[in-house]
Amino acid sequence: MARATSPRRKTLTTIAAWSVALIIFFPVLWMILTSFKTEASAVASPPELLGADWTLENYADVWSRSDYPRFFWNSVVISLGSTLLGLAIAIPAAWAMAFVPGRRTKDLLMWMLSTKMMPAVAVMIPLYLLFLQLGLIDTRIGLVLALMLMNLPIIVWMLYTYFKEIPGEILEAARMDGAGLIKEILYVLTPIALPGIASTLLLNVILAWNEAFWTIVLTTTKAAPLSAFIASFSAPQGLFYAKLSAASTMAIAPILILGWFSQKQLVRGLTFGAVK
Amino acid sequence: MNISLRALLGATVSFTLAGAALAETTITVATVNNGDMIRMQGLMDDFNAKHPDITVEWVTLEENVLRQNVTTDIATGGGQYDVLTIGTYEVPIWGKQGWLTSLNDLPAEWDADDLLPAIRGGLTVDGNLYAAPFYGESSMVMYRKDLMEAAGLTMPDAPTWADIEKAAAAMTNRDAEINGICLRGKAGWGENMAFLTAMSNSFGARWFDETWTPQFDKPEWKATLDFYLNLMNQYGPPGASNNGFNENLTLFNQGKCGMWIDATVAASFVTGKDSTVADKVGFALAPDNGLGKRGNWLWAWSLAIPSSSDAQDAAKTFVNWATSKDYLALVAEKEGWANVPPGTRTSLYENPEYQKVPFAKMTLDSINSADPNAPTVQPVPYVGVQFVAIPEFQGLGTSVGEIFSAALAGQKTADEALAEAQTLVADEMKAAGYIQ
Repeated sequence: MARATSPRRKTLTTIAAWSVALIIFFPVLWMILTSFKTEASAVASPPELLGADWTLENYADVWSRSDYPRFFWNSVVISLGSTLLGLAIAIPAAWAMAFVPGRRTKDLLMWMLSTKMMPAVAVMIPLYLLFLQLGLIDTRIGLVLALMLMNLPIIVWMLYTYFKEIPGEILEAARMDGAGLIKEILYVLTPIALPGIASTLLLNVILAWNEAFWTIVLTTTKAAPLSAFIASFSAPQGLFYAKLSAASTMAIAPILILGWFSQKQLVRGLTFGAVK
Repeated sequence: MNISLRALLGATVSFTLAGAALAETTITVATVNNGDMIRMQGLMDDFNAKHPDITVEWVTLEENVLRQNVTTDIATGGGQYDVLTIGTYEVPIWGKQGWLTSLNDLPAEWDADDLLPAIRGGLTVDGNLYAAPFYGESSMVMYRKDLMEAAGLTMPDAPTWADIEKAAAAMTNRDAEINGICLRGKAGWGENMAFLTAMSNSFGARWFDETWTPQFDKPEWKATLDFYLNLMNQYGPPGASNNGFNENLTLFNQGKCGMWIDATVAASFVTGKDSTVADKVGFALAPDNGLGKRGNWLWAWSLAIPSSSDAQDAAKTFVNWATSKDYLALVAEKEGWANVPPGTRTSLYENPEYQKVPFAKMTLDSINSADPNAPTVQPVPYVGVQFVAIPEFQGLGTSVGEIFSAALAGQKTADEALAEAQTLVADEMKAAGYIQ
């Protein structure tokens, strides 16, 4: 029987949840507010809120100084492309690991995940040289490949976790009905695991969108995404915090909106299998 | 096909081919995000009108990211960039490596002899000019004239460190949140170590002797660090170990610093529209200790062409335009003399209009008083005023900067910091093969 929750307890829990959420979101909120202030107001001490000078000038400046649509389109292509390619490789891999596990499957999974722990800078020069030889520097296809490889361990791990929850008997029944391997994965496994695949897709699009090492190292002008757009507004000498905040807000806005509308799937994806 | 149609098609083809020929070279310029470079991007119509056959694409990045990307590209011969914005630290190293194209053959009207000697010297290796200076800077004292007057003091044009200490003590007013002096404390070879290395020159200290032996165990460094820590602990702002250029600029603009010793480029910021003390700022040369060297640095952002670029001629055309006397005149015409990139050409400082800019003379005097080839009192085996132009310095400077920043934060004494720095630098120099 479910335990009754007192109104007082419910109120306290709600306040606590909102407080934690506000603390986590505060830096982003402050950045958005700063983007609407003048540069002088942005660095005022103590920080200004109600008495600040509000302006849209920063957005106008950022827009006029950069080709935002090009950076945005590159981000869309790179993040979606790397995720879809990653899913195409990871679904069969996760199927094999979940339903036809070998003696070393767990070790293999751990090894794949351990590659994520390697500092990116350690492979910067070899990867750069490889991309140079293949003519992939400053190309969208190059970044799609690079980010797909970076995120593949996470995609495989997440899908493996979902697939493990699906009873093997369902796939067995499909096989007994004459379904081949491709049909089994495409028409039986994929529809059942669709919520899990959707949350994996969302999470990896976000990871690829926010990636700010390889996307800056491997691009110059043509394929540079929004991470490079933000980097172009950072200045070691001079106070341009308001403009930098405006550029950052423009860069994160699309993914923030996507995250807001898909939060149900994201939460489900991130907590899947956590409580049994 | 009738004759008219053929003529039309022929004309179209010719026009298309001519158009393709006109816009056949695209160059990629890697640059930092500072006011002067942004201004240049806004004035590109002039270049485009004069050179319709060259298309310029810009890559603007934060200084350290730019340094990392450009180094990777140039070391691997990637050829992604045709023009690089680089500092005086990189030019001697990369020039020696053969990574940069000599600019000795720029047209005569570009007038290399007009470059300020100190700046030109820092960009020349074995007689070859490897970068064209776009903007040069030194460091100087910026002080509050009103606070000095209230304290009954006058700032000399060429103060000593004793003058600075006296002024800092007189202007400090903790109740009014006014700190007598604001200096860099944030760790980094281009942050606190730029200031401390330049300061140490005026105390007679040096990073290495002629045999590349580190010198942090010598009394000159002890005097430098003791003086800096004492000055900052008594008259500096709280949490100064986190303050770099931007943090101190904020403090000064809010009226919370009596003095600030930093880059000459800051002069236009502290007298600009975002400053609450714009009309109360005076300028003086960086301090000395009577040893013949001042505590000011020398830096220039310059345009260089990597030898891996396959558009050398177009790149040289762009460098010629961007660093010419005509470009300075163009900026003056469009944006006013105060916005002209400073610190590169003698003719600019001889111009009566530019002489009216309040910080022009002090900037020139500061630049002229720095000598990258003889930065300190005693002889040294390296080039560089606030840095040592060897590839290992970025790492060394930042590590020593962390040690000194920790000393400013009170986590170690000056003696402990210097002993640690000496050991660290000696180990690194042994590993790099400079000393046995």
